[in-house]
Amino acid sequence: MHPAPSIIVFTVFSGLGFGLLAWLGAGFLAPTGWAAFAHYALAFALAGGGLIAATFHLANPRNAVKSFSQWRTSWLSREAVLAAATMAVMGLQAALSVFAAPVAALGWLGAGLAVATVYATAMIYGQLRSVPRWHQPLTPVLFVVMALGGGALLAGQVLVALILLPLAALVQIAVWLVGDGRFAAAGSTMESATGLGSMGRVRLLEPPHTGENYLLREMVHVVARRHAVRLRWIALAAMAPLPVLMLLATGGGTVAATLAALCHLAGALAARWLFFAEAEHVVGLYYGKR
Amino acid sequence: MTPPYDDPPLDLNHRPGDRVAKTTCYMCACRCGIDVHLKEGRVTYIEGNRDHPVNRGVLCAKGSAGLKQVTAPSRLTSPMKRVGPRGSGQFEPITWEEALGIATDWLGPIRAKDPKRLAFFTGRDQSQSFTSFFAQQFGTPNYAAHGGFCSVNMAAAGIYTMGGAFWEFGQPDWERTELFLIFGVAEDHDSNPIKMGLGRLKARGARVIGVNPIRTGYNAVADDWVGITPGTDGLFILALVHELLKAGKIDLDYLARWTNAPVLVDAETGLLRRDDDGRQLVRDRVTGAIMPFDRHGVRPDLAARDGADRTVFQLLAERYLAPQYAPDAVAERCGVPAARIRAIAAEIADVAFNRTITVKQPWTDFRGEHHDEMVGRPVSFHAMRGLSAHANGFQTTRALHMLQILIGSVECPGGFRFKPPYPKPVEAHPTPHCKCQPDCPLNGPHLGFPRGPEDLALADDGSPARIDKAFSWENPMSVHGLMHMVISNAHAGDPYEIDTLFLYMANMAWNSSMNVPEVMHMLTDTREDGEYVIPRIIYADAYASEMVAYADLILPDTTYLERHDCISLLDRPISEAEAAADAIRWPVVEPDRDVRGFQSVLIDLANRLGLPGFVDGNGEGIYEDYADYILRHERRPGIGPLMGYRGNGDQTGRGHPNPDQLERYIAAGGFHLAHIPEEALYYKPWNKAYQDWAVGLGLYDKPQPYIFQLYCEPLRKFQRAAEGHGERQPPDHLRDRLQRCLDPLPIWYAPESVGGQASAAAEAAAYPIHALTQRPAAMYHSWGSQNAWLRQIHGANPLYVPDAVWQAEGFEDGDWARVRSPHGEIVVPVARQSALNAHTVWTWNAIGKRKGTWALDPAAPEATEGFLMNHLIGTLLPPKGDGHRWANSDPITGQAAWFDLRVSIEKVAPRALSEPQFPALPAPPRG
Amino acid sequence: MTALPGETHRKMGLVIDLDTCVGCHACVIACKGWNDQGYGAPLSDEDPYGPDVLGTFLNRVHAFEVVPDGHDGPISSFSCGEAAASGLPGHLAPPAQAKTVHFPKSCLHCEDAPCVTVCPTGASYKRVEDGIVLVNEDDCMGCGLCAWACPYGARELDLAAGVMKKCTLCVDRIYNETLAEEDRVPACVRTCPAGARHFGDLADPDSDVSRLVAERGGIGLMPEQETRPVNKYLPPRPRDSGGDAPALTPVATACGEEAAEGEMAPWLAWLDRTLERI
Ligand SMILES: Nc1nc2c(c(=O)[nH]1)N[C@H]1C(S)=C(S)[C@@H](COP(=O)(O)OP(=O)(O)OC[C@H]3O[C@@H](n4cnc5c(=O)[nH]c(N)nc54)[C@H](O)[C@@H]3O)O[C@H]1N2
Ligand SMILES: Nc1nc2c(c(=O)[nH]1)N[C@H]1C(S)=C(S)[C@@H](COP(=O)(O)OP(=O)(O)OC[C@H]3O[C@@H](n4cnc5c(=O)[nH]c(N)nc54)[C@H](O)[C@@H]3O)O[C@H]1N2
Ligand code: SF4
Ligand code: SF4
Ligand code: SF4
Ligand code: SF4
Ligand code: SF4
Ligand SMILES: [Mo]
Repeated sequence: MHPAPSIIVFTVFSGLGFGLLAWLGAGFLAPTGWAAFAHYALAFALAGGGLIAATFHLANPRNAVKSFSQWRTSWLSREAVLAAATMAVMGLQAALSVFAAPVAALGWLGAGLAVATVYATAMIYGQLRSVPRWHQPLTPVLFVVMALGGGALLAGQVLVALILLPLAALVQIAVWLVGDGRFAAAGSTMESATGLGSMGRVRLLEPPHTGENYLLREMVHVVARRHAVRLRWIALAAMAPLPVLMLLATGGGTVAATLAALCHLAGALAARWLFFAEAEHVVGLYYGKR
Repeated sequence: MTPPYDDPPLDLNHRPGDRVAKTTCYMCACRCGIDVHLKEGRVTYIEGNRDHPVNRGVLCAKGSAGLKQVTAPSRLTSPMKRVGPRGSGQFEPITWEEALGIATDWLGPIRAKDPKRLAFFTGRDQSQSFTSFFAQQFGTPNYAAHGGFCSVNMAAAGIYTMGGAFWEFGQPDWERTELFLIFGVAEDHDSNPIKMGLGRLKARGARVIGVNPIRTGYNAVADDWVGITPGTDGLFILALVHELLKAGKIDLDYLARWTNAPVLVDAETGLLRRDDDGRQLVRDRVTGAIMPFDRHGVRPDLAARDGADRTVFQLLAERYLAPQYAPDAVAERCGVPAARIRAIAAEIADVAFNRTITVKQPWTDFRGEHHDEMVGRPVSFHAMRGLSAHANGFQTTRALHMLQILIGSVECPGGFRFKPPYPKPVEAHPTPHCKCQPDCPLNGPHLGFPRGPEDLALADDGSPARIDKAFSWENPMSVHGLMHMVISNAHAGDPYEIDTLFLYMANMAWNSSMNVPEVMHMLTDTREDGEYVIPRIIYADAYASEMVAYADLILPDTTYLERHDCISLLDRPISEAEAAADAIRWPVVEPDRDVRGFQSVLIDLANRLGLPGFVDGNGEGIYEDYADYILRHERRPGIGPLMGYRGNGDQTGRGHPNPDQLERYIAAGGFHLAHIPEEALYYKPWNKAYQDWAVGLGLYDKPQPYIFQLYCEPLRKFQRAAEGHGERQPPDHLRDRLQRCLDPLPIWYAPESVGGQASAAAEAAAYPIHALTQRPAAMYHSWGSQNAWLRQIHGANPLYVPDAVWQAEGFEDGDWARVRSPHGEIVVPVARQSALNAHTVWTWNAIGKRKGTWALDPAAPEATEGFLMNHLIGTLLPPKGDGHRWANSDPITGQAAWFDLRVSIEKVAPRALSEPQFPALPAPPRG
Repeated sequence: MTALPGETHRKMGLVIDLDTCVGCHACVIACKGWNDQGYGAPLSDEDPYGPDVLGTFLNRVHAFEVVPDGHDGPISSFSCGEAAASGLPGHLAPPAQAKTVHFPKSCLHCEDAPCVTVCPTGASYKRVEDGIVLVNEDDCMGCGLCAWACPYGARELDLAAGVMKKCTLCVDRIYNETLAEEDRVPACVRTCPAGARHFGDLADPDSDVSRLVAERGGIGLMPEQETRPVNKYLPPRPRDSGGDAPALTPVATACGEEAAEGEMAPWLAWLDRTLERI
């Protein structure tokens, strides 16, 4: 799949934002006053910014508001509804925190919604049978763990982060390993795509058009194997071991925590780039791209 | 589950426009009927005309994309005169008055002094009967259309053999045929009808065998594919003939009645025995008497002998039963296992003789014999440039016709059928004419069918009379002329120099020329005094093609929806086997630029030049424009360009001109049909009812039944001349070749041997791979690329390479190759194809474009990656060391031998630009 | 509404005959032409005369090669001598040759259309009366998710209009009362010169299309994606069978005379005998 910056930014940033909101809501930290303002501002900036980035991906944003309508079937619609609900609940909680005191029950509700939002985001991809690498149970797990781990970092929850970041790394490794076999396991081949398998092996002779098309731009992206492996190592290192080392080495000061968070962010962005770039859509089979 | 399904309301009764205009497509020469939908005068949608005999509603990609052609930014906008050096593409817009003034000033003096100094050649011309009339009235012998480089071998072999050809002049009996063999066809002119026909065969479960080095398109859907090695079809076909003869699977009755198989051949001269009236002689099996073939009640004897004279049939059998034609003897060269050749022969025999069909339709033959039914052998054939575009194409195509005739499957139910005005034997065609005098029309039509050396177009000194050397000893039966030789001959001043080259609708500086760089040079070459070697060039095109830059004066044409045209029975009509048909085009939109229909421009020019036939006694123009000509011109009294609604509107074929004729055509959907009566539907050359119908329609003036010429006597006459007989004698260096190649019975010779056999083998070793082109269904030569829709399908073209070569060169996806021939080299992207003859590479034709042309961005893939095979093909064969430069063409017809190209191939590093690249041309100015 | 109707009343769709399709792209351009001025926004072409031309098409024709197992190059690399030497019968099927299959592809109007259920705005829907899958462009926000969900590449986002485009099964033709009865078929079907495209109701077992599917073993693409396509493809009939005609016997042999290759006398005797009988 084409690793569009808007979607990478959307998923990573909104994930971090909702992760942070989850910790805020769950009361692991309960700042008030200016501190609350700062924390919530960061969380809303990330979550909201991510969502705004997502609208850049829309070719016809005028109709974006209609995306709240199909929550019964559509994960993207659910995500929109859940994100809005999270923002509303946690907005109230933020106001209460800044001007009065947070309400625990409201916070727990908000936390639940935040996690659900991230889950819904993940399911936008995880539901797609047409992209076998994504279509695995670990996809939402990865998104949620990443969101919570990153959120914990931002929330200054060193201990939680020290647990969740390595966990995220393990899930990420699992997602990669499982993902590498998903295409084959899905059983989609040029033979099944064309129905010509009984006659022999199928090869593309001539693409339908010599020019580009939307499908190829959007869904057929080829990363060199060597490049991908290298990037996996970098992403992995940046997302968990390095931040963990930073936290352990410094005992979790603000500067170190900030650096660790930035390092994790870089890793998360790289991993998310790979999430898209490495994902092969079965439509590529019709173009001999696999 | 039932959620509230409130599907949004839809406009189910959408209409693409406010009116429909029915006219004829021009995106290729198939000439389908189209319904043009217009909204407020703008074309919104084009679909096929359901009632039209050619396409019955279907339409190809090009046809549907026609609306993009009418708005293409590449359209020329006004007349132009050259202001920079020729080839630079620098022009200045001028008025029509100035343009026509210039043309008249150039052409007038030529006509007054020496008309042959005008060479007028038209390319993809659908108005040849009109343009040739202009040229004839002008008086120059130098006229032809593009047939010589296209497929003259097909037309000539067909007409000399059976009075009709494949091409678009005949068709298989799609409804009845059970086995269809298609040789060397990618698209053909009959594009839609062939596809419709294949569809019908498939629906009926009839079998299709494709003989083609490449398995795409028609050959992809063929049940069996024979991936033959290029240039060897003649061997393959003669091996089939060998098998059929040997097994006696031939239609002896058919041969005896309808062909010259029983005609006696003079043992001494090799000429056919004839009576005093020139009628071919047979021996009657009943009486044993020698008599003309068409005598009432005669039963011609195939096994006859008269002294040393034997019948054609005996000579034929003796030749093809010889072991050299056995499958085992040819298999290796054809790349087809002998077992497969035998299997195909067996299948042909089985279908022809075990699955015979009879149609209960009584008919009467020209000998007056009555038949109760029509017997059909449901095997049919079709072939096109895969046979004809080789230097042995004439003989190969004759071989195929011989095969058809031997099994009795021409003009019978289930077989191959002619479309009116065919069948039309050689005798019904004119001979070539070339006598030219100042201020006089030519002494007759330019093109025709030579019957022997006496009809060659030679000057008194024996040198070629025509600039293209058509009808000369180099290619005596070049019945379509040799457009591909004009520029090089004019440049060489051989056989003489010309003043003005006038071209219409042929992209000669690009895809229709061989060795393009050389042609560009010849068009721009100057003499010592600084004058151009070809002093003046006038060109009529509708678009900013590569050729535009090489003209001094540009006459911009309209597009096909903006003008009148007629698709005439006098020319290349759109008839079907069941009906004669003709059609028109008419302006369904108004031009939005200062352009004029070329035919009308030619009439204006003829009027200014005062050409007889165009002006009356007072020098006044007879015809206002082309529409007026279509209405009022008469070739013979009562016979005009259009057959429909003549006289008072109720006559077809014959009748005085009717001023309402075009209106009637428009109202009728743009075409007219004249159905052939049931009794006349088959056996047309011999069927009295057909002959009478054809006379009634004006196809000819008296019945002219004839027999198929398995033995082609005109060939023998040229051969005899080469043996030293007769007054007109060929130059010595051509004698051997004439003797060898102009055999009156079909033969096969290696195409590369036409320029002498000695060096052929060496060449084959140095350039071991055959290189071909194919027409893509969704592109028409060079013009498709300016079409925003079509160019997305074919914006670049790889060279397709077979497995064997792919592996030998170690190619991988994305690789490039350098391809060499004796004439040049190109560097191009490659792609792999397994279903491809192991010794063949190929690409799509004419996708590559020169930078800056066709209003495409110079960085367009057509110009960067796309390429032409033409750069590798020479008009002349490589020097053979015998002091002669032999033409790369069929020695009989002069047909350009595009597909004899041989190359070597070598892997090179991938790159962004194909080679060669030429300097970008500027866009023509917008007037 | 992006919930799928459980069963649709009819299942209108296309049956594409891969045995007959010559890959001419006529259906591609007819589709482009009709839908450029029909349903919804026109189908745009970006950079139409430039290097990066990119247009929206609802139907595209691919070409595939199928290389049979055991194929070792095309037939011409098969030594001719070998076949003769092996003494195989005359109607021997040739060795496995590669095949070319032209392959048109547009929306398959799946029964379990994932493109519909993923759509967040309700723009994508499957019509309950005929099963046609459509995009209501007034609701579409151009997120592209439906195109991702489609395994077949049947949806293309129009870059100029910003809305999702897909085959409409020519819904504005097939019920169009301004058209003659026989023209109420999709533009691609009407134009196909080879007659390789068939249109009809696949829910009706007696319809022409259902019969074709039954007779010719029509298949749905990528069954493993569990989309249950309505459109079906008729596989190419077996190729290169070599026919089943009995081998020819030389006339001379048939009459009990052995003739050497090229020897005329026995053949001429046959000729005489045969001519006697005519
Ligand atoms: N390598 C290779 N070369 C080949 C062939 C091959 O098979 N292989 N085939 C050969 C054959 S058979 C042919 S016929 C030629 C064809 O080659 P050409 O005869 O050059 O034909 P086109 O490229 O179709 O276009 C000729 C010109 O007609 C112009 N034109 C289009 N419409 C109109 C119109 O309405 N009015 C006017 N006045 N002009 C118009 C176009 O702009 C173009 O410049 O190519 C030959 N060249
Ligand atoms: N779409 C479209 N239609 C066209 C045209 C076009 O440009 N586009 N051009 C029109 C014109 S001008 C013409 S002349 C006709 C030509 O119509 P075709 O004759 O169909 O033209 P080509 O594309 O040259 O196809 C020649 C075929 O012969 C095969 N071939 C080459 N050498 C051999 C051989 O030795 N033996 C055998 N058996 N096959 C061989 C090639 O593989 C190719 O398939 O098409 C007309 N129709
Ligand atoms: S075959 Fe196509 S381009 Fe040619 S006339 Fe017919 S519709 Fe037009
Ligand atoms: S129009 Fe028909 S034959 Fe041509 S590509 Fe489409 S389906 Fe195939
Ligand atoms: S083919 Fe694709 S777009 Fe069409 S219904 Fe099926 S999944 Fe949806
Ligand atoms: S692109 Fe339009 S139709 Fe497709 S999922 Fe998004 S909103 Fe729905
Ligand atoms: S049914 Fe209509 S919209 Fe669908 S592919 Fe055919 S022409 Fe295009
Ligand atoms: Mo041609």
